[in-house]
Amino acid sequence: MTSIETHLPTDVSASTPAIATWLTTADHKKVGRLFIGTSFVGLVAGLVLAILVTFERINADSYQILSDNSVPQVLAAVRLLLTFGTVVPLLLGLSIAVVPLQLGARSNAFPRLAAAGFWTWLTGLGLALASIIGNGGPSGGNSDLVDLYLAGSIVLGLGVLMAATSIAVSVLTTRAPGMGILRAPLFTWSSLVGSLALILTMPVLIGTTVYVYIDHRYARAGFGGNTGVNKWIGWALSQPFSYLLAIPALGIVLDVVPTIGRTRLAQRSAAFGAVGVVAVAALATVTQTSITLPWDGAKFLDNAGTKIADLLPFLLLNVVPVLGLLGVLGLSLLTLKSGKPVISAPLTFVLIGLLGILLGAAAHIVGLVQDAGLSGSIYEAGVYVPITFGAITIAFGGICYWGPKLWGRSISDKAAIPLALLALLAIGLDSIPYYVAGFADQPTGLVNGFSYSGPQDLWNALTCAGFVVMLLASLAFLGLALKSFTSGAVAGNDPWDGTSLEWATSSPPPAENFAGVIVVNSATPLADIKSASSNGKVA
Amino acid sequence: MLALPPASQPAPRRQLFVGTAVAGAAGFMLIGGMMATWLKFRADAPVRESLKRGFIKDWMPAKIVVPEVAANVMLLGLLVVCVMAQWAVYSAKRNDRTHTGLALGVTALMSLAIINAQIFIWTQMGVGAKDGAFHSMFYAATGTMTVLLLSGLVYTAVAAFRYLGGRTKEVELVSAHALYWYFLTAAFCAVWFVIYVQK
Repeated sequence: MTSIETHLPTDVSASTPAIATWLTTADHKKVGRLFIGTSFVGLVAGLVLAILVTFERINADSYQILSDNSVPQVLAAVRLLLTFGTVVPLLLGLSIAVVPLQLGARSNAFPRLAAAGFWTWLTGLGLALASIIGNGGPSGGNSDLVDLYLAGSIVLGLGVLMAATSIAVSVLTTRAPGMGILRAPLFTWSSLVGSLALILTMPVLIGTTVYVYIDHRYARAGFGGNTGVNKWIGWALSQPFSYLLAIPALGIVLDVVPTIGRTRLAQRSAAFGAVGVVAVAALATVTQTSITLPWDGAKFLDNAGTKIADLLPFLLLNVVPVLGLLGVLGLSLLTLKSGKPVISAPLTFVLIGLLGILLGAAAHIVGLVQDAGLSGSIYEAGVYVPITFGAITIAFGGICYWGPKLWGRSISDKAAIPLALLALLAIGLDSIPYYVAGFADQPTGLVNGFSYSGPQDLWNALTCAGFVVMLLASLAFLGLALKSFTSGAVAGNDPWDGTSLEWATSSPPPAENFAGVIVVNSATPLADIKSASSNGKVA
Repeated sequence: MLALPPASQPAPRRQLFVGTAVAGAAGFMLIGGMMATWLKFRADAPVRESLKRGFIKDWMPAKIVVPEVAANVMLLGLLVVCVMAQWAVYSAKRNDRTHTGLALGVTALMSLAIINAQIFIWTQMGVGAKDGAFHSMFYAATGTMTVLLLSGLVYTAVAAFRYLGGRTKEVELVSAHALYWYFLTAAFCAVWFVIYVQK
């Protein structure tokens, strides 16, 4: 019997220089890795600047590294780098690389849109950072470069929007036959929810930035000029927007836990609900950032009716996301209890990261109680940093988990687990001292010229040490990942004995991901295939 | 012996249509967010006395005259565009190439006329973006809407070239194109009411 080769060769990279292949690629696995790789540059740069800022705060009046005028710009650069230079590309990159594999698809939807999204995001981020370096950015002294910062922010937002659109449409349209949305892996679900959240919020940011840009460039009449930039678009660099950005990280937790626990996820539909609840409540919170709680301490019962009217929207908008996060944590612990988990790097990273997000989210509630008097204090940084570090730590866990699939080689657990513990230390050092300093009324946005009773230098030294620890952990993780993925142990196709479709193809996957079409009959399609194979049936 | 090629993947489920719907949702949030900011500025404006209407918000400077007829023509034009775009879908589903081409051509022509009306409004108003908060926001909001209308025109051109170029089976493209114009019309309705009626 003779068969005929009818399909065209898909590997054209042999005749194309490697760099040109990467620059022009629309392969979702490469685009995802471009996002992930570039995010490490943003992470290191952001942490170095954060160390500079926190070091300046120690013994605040004795020396000055940063001029007073440059402080708002450096603080904006830190937030920009950690948020849109690290968390967003890390999680978008993982989604773009992994989700089509989990869906059993040959490619993502609109692959060129995702690739264009990467380059647009990178261009926007570069423009915004270049403007800050040249005395632009929020409160910048160079008017043209402030305009450049705003233009860069618009371009950056468009890039994120393009990538998010590709992910959302992939999940909605390219699932394998039989894979209803409730049969999709939790990371796919959280990527869909997170992408839709970005699709609904980034345009609002872009629209506001267009207003600020036109006003700053021509009129300077309504938006406060260069000092008004942070007031109008700074919400995208702080809590509760960081909740929305961290949503895909919850899916990583809910995928890693059952696989490493060698069991099925407890209450799977509840897990879908928990991620959805976090997203919906966080989306509502983003639109209502001013909802705070006037408590009045012991006088609560004097005015109980009014107080309850204040309490309800506060609970709905700020407490519900925390309940969703607690749900994710509870389901993870239940799953681990029913399984046979082994201590591994992905599991350690994701659990530590989840604790970080939970800590920041719980602290956010306290920060909104008016009686606590924390508005405008450094406490706000203690909300932002653990959520951001938590999301980054979970993404590190995702890289340990899916890295073998994307690169074909494994990261050593023995080397990676200590780095997860370093991340835990960094989360602790960059949250608890901030809370103490916040209650002592250390102002946010200042690095010099403040004083309060108590060991203020100690708190600021501890936060500085936290950023140093996170920088060391990140650099070590980057080095470990580079070494492991180039010369580490060969992983095999299914190193974790997984149950979802990404483990059904080779590591790394071929250009079109799967040799054939996989029909899905349950939420654990690969487990079904393995079971059918072991029973001698054709899968 | 060479292996048989892998089975072909099932076609994605209305990918272009879903993608257009997602883009439309994003665009609606863009315009919705801008209109919300506009209304906030309008609500925060001080009150002044008008000879005709008593005390009103001192938001739009008294000397500015907005050509409302042109704005109304834009709205009506967009309604016509929706009908034309849907006509293209109707014809494409019946494999009627001539009428599909005609409908897409009229859609493109009407969208050009709408963009022209917007430029007419800008020139007739005779104010610059640097003249004040109202002015800069007016240009930002209507300018963004015009960019979206231009993207609709590009979508029409792409749909027409692909369909008339021979891809007559791609009814989904024509449907998605119509959906995009529905979104643009809804977005312009918001702009028309907030900026041209409420001011």
